Amino acid sequence: MTRLSIDRRRLLFGLSAGVSLTWAGQALAQSRGPRNKLIVIIARGAMDGLSVTAPYGDPDYAALRGSLAIAPPGQTDGALAMADGFGLHPSLSGLKALYDLGELRFAPATALPARIRSHFEAQDVLENGGESPRDQSDGWLNRALVAAGGGRLKGLSIGSQTPLILRGDAETSSWAPGGRVNGEDRIASLLQDLYVDDPMLQASLARGLETEAMAMAAGDGARVRRNDVSGLGEAVARLMTGDNGADVVALSVDGWDTHARQNGQMRARLEGLDQVIAGLRTGLGAQWPRTLVMVTTEFGRTARVNGTQGTDHGTATSLLLAGGALKPGGLIGDWPSLAANRLYEGRDLAPTLDVRGIFKGVLRDHLGVDRAALDATVFPDSRAEAPPVDGLV
Amino acid sequence: MTRFGLGARPGEIGRVSHDPRGWLTAQIRPSGAPNPEGEAPDTATRMQQLLAYEGQPRPSRARPAAAPDGAMAPAEPEAPSADAQAMLDARRRQRRALVDQTGEEFLARADLAATTPDGFAERWALFWANALSVSSTNFRAATFIGQYEREAIRPHVFGRFEDMLVAAESHPAMLLYLDQVRSTGPDSPAGARRGGGLNENLAREILELHTVGADGGFTQADVTELARALTGWSIPLTANAERRLQGRRGRGPAEAASVAAPPATGGFQFRPAMHQPGARTIMGRTYAEGGFEQGEAILRDLAGRPETGRRLARRLAVHFVSDDPPPTLVDRLERAWSSSDGDLAAVARALVAAPEAWEPRPAKVKTPYEFMVSAHRALDTRPTRLRVLRLGLIQMGQPLFQPPSPEGWPDTAADWAGPDAMVKRLDWATEVGGAAGGREPEALAEGALGGRLSDRTRQFIARAESRAEGVALFLMSPEFQRR
Repeated sequence: MTRLSIDRRRLLFGLSAGVSLTWAGQALAQSRGPRNKLIVIIARGAMDGLSVTAPYGDPDYAALRGSLAIAPPGQTDGALAMADGFGLHPSLSGLKALYDLGELRFAPATALPARIRSHFEAQDVLENGGESPRDQSDGWLNRALVAAGGGRLKGLSIGSQTPLILRGDAETSSWAPGGRVNGEDRIASLLQDLYVDDPMLQASLARGLETEAMAMAAGDGARVRRNDVSGLGEAVARLMTGDNGADVVALSVDGWDTHARQNGQMRARLEGLDQVIAGLRTGLGAQWPRTLVMVTTEFGRTARVNGTQGTDHGTATSLLLAGGALKPGGLIGDWPSLAANRLYEGRDLAPTLDVRGIFKGVLRDHLGVDRAALDATVFPDSRAEAPPVDGLV
Repeated sequence: MTRFGLGARPGEIGRVSHDPRGWLTAQIRPSGAPNPEGEAPDTATRMQQLLAYEGQPRPSRARPAAAPDGAMAPAEPEAPSADAQAMLDARRRQRRALVDQTGEEFLARADLAATTPDGFAERWALFWANALSVSSTNFRAATFIGQYEREAIRPHVFGRFEDMLVAAESHPAMLLYLDQVRSTGPDSPAGARRGGGLNENLAREILELHTVGADGGFTQADVTELARALTGWSIPLTANAERRLQGRRGRGPAEAASVAAPPATGGFQFRPAMHQPGARTIMGRTYAEGGFEQGEAILRDLAGRPETGRRLARRLAVHFVSDDPPPTLVDRLERAWSSSDGDLAAVARALVAAPEAWEPRPAKVKTPYEFMVSAHRALDTRPTRLRVLRLGLIQMGQPLFQPPSPEGWPDTAADWAGPDAMVKRLDWATEVGGAAGGREPEALAEGALGGRLSDRTRQFIARAESRAEGVALFLMSPEFQRR
């Protein structure tokens, strides 16, 4: 039994550095009816958008990227063709199938409202929804749950640590494969009493046991195997189905800080990402038409290859939207081009769209969060700077 | 013992309670924190082992997974010949041996933590290893992680911060973890010959995480300048890699001038041919052209900047006292830092003397490692099986030697006591309770917690339906989970 546990858990750190997931919400006694589903995947470490949605049609791409440039479609290891001179990385065959169904779109040059080159500070901004690292002490996805109406939407994070994006006033749960204890065990209820003077430990354990019970009911205690990334996606999806299922999930996929020997790393990471999304789709089944998956990262990477066949910290990068709820359409935001005079600080892809605009468009049109709340509390002071992007769902 | 150390072993509270401050200050020794027991190879020996592994001839159809440099696989998966298979097996065994030794190193460290009478020195050492964190996510860096702690961190934890900083940044573990070894000055002889260029990773993390901090006032230009200054900070390479580095034609000036820099640990190699020539300006100070000593001088200055002291004083207060520490405590530690010019023994004494650090109510939740180690101490057992240790830590979210980023392990209750983490702690405590056999849970709780054992927890333990349940309740009690 223990052996399985490590394998399942290691999978969270799979792809050698790690995958972990997150979701948020609250159980209600009565049926809540069918609800839309949102999965936010955070690619930690700064995912190189110029490899994910390769702008092979840009005249400067091949020269800037050298050995890291993804070849045009049709060539060996070439990009998987999309419109407008873009192609998906060859490891993203699952996403390409979604693209062909009109279930994948992307914004090619998004960035945070703050120009930061530190992973940790930028991840803080990405998750706190503010304009600087210490602007907000909780996460925008949690504030969105609050704004959506107390308890209407249920959320949960996967992995032992709740990420900042889901921390806050709305109670959320977390789960990772490998649990053994049963909420009905005697010791679980004794601890609830023993923790009466420690509300933090009490609430945390109670929510953990509740989620564990759901996973056990779905049989996922033993199902997810080592390196079975799509199996993990399916297990997560099953925790989102049913009356008590989570509606909002944030999933982290780690290992994108590709300073050296980037090509091999990107292949492995993107295969994993492709499989997680495939697993989510399989597991959500009939819910997929109500689902939106968003893949975002703290910033992009330098337009040029560096001295060690990698790339360093950059600025704009692409954001992916996938799911049956997506409204078909073209590029989200503009392509700034890689021309020398258009690069940000002479080295990075320049941003054309504030990520908050996409987040707000999704929260408003997919989860029904009120525009005024989006402008004021979910993303404070963002009304003029980052209006919601229309027409995504 | 719990606040500053790793929890009490049976009988320890009685021995320490008459003079807890004296017990703590006695552990502040100029020689640093004790090393784990055992005959671990030093960095130079370990480097030879790694080079022997990487220098082995590889069969031409070797699987790419074994290639340390991430080289591409040939397209056709043809069955390897018997010879090639034997080579592959030998390589795999060698790699396995390197990984296993890192595991043994971790076990030795956990054993030290579970048994040491100097719990404060050990916590203090763990803090610094985490502040200058190296993660085993990179296989080559992982090879040196035990040596890194023994040679670059532990000897300096009660010495001067600048000495620890230079030792850490020049250690192969850090150079490999943060992609420094091949970073090349564009105008250096090697850069001019074969192209290549800067890698900014180490330089950025030094500024952002190891010294002044993200709000310490540095710019992208400072990062690039520091990266230039650090070019040439490297390690020995295999003969093949050495040839590649010097250009395929091998016509350039040989790197006969390479010398190992004397102050660093074995395994470091400064490569003048990769070093970017010229003076450097970092955060307003200019450093004359030079070799290794140029980067070293910059590091020593960064270590001495007030932003560095302030940042680390706060991080210490967060680690030892509270997720949201009282400003007076941070001020106190910062003053000790600046008035002693970064003498970590003085800072440690200031922490022990600070009244804010003796607030009776425990504000911190133990990390998974501290939880496991303190449970061993409470039960007077030793971690003997790496597999058990590894499993528990992975489940609770702190896989061994594997912090999630160069920032190190996080350090607040929200990070460690989330819903899933609490479930996994309960799983582990139940298992330990089951294995604790006929131990008397109330006596164990008294031995570990002394006066901190609450009436409520005592009652719950007394009413447990079995000793196993009693032990699990004790380990999960708020007073044992917190410190």
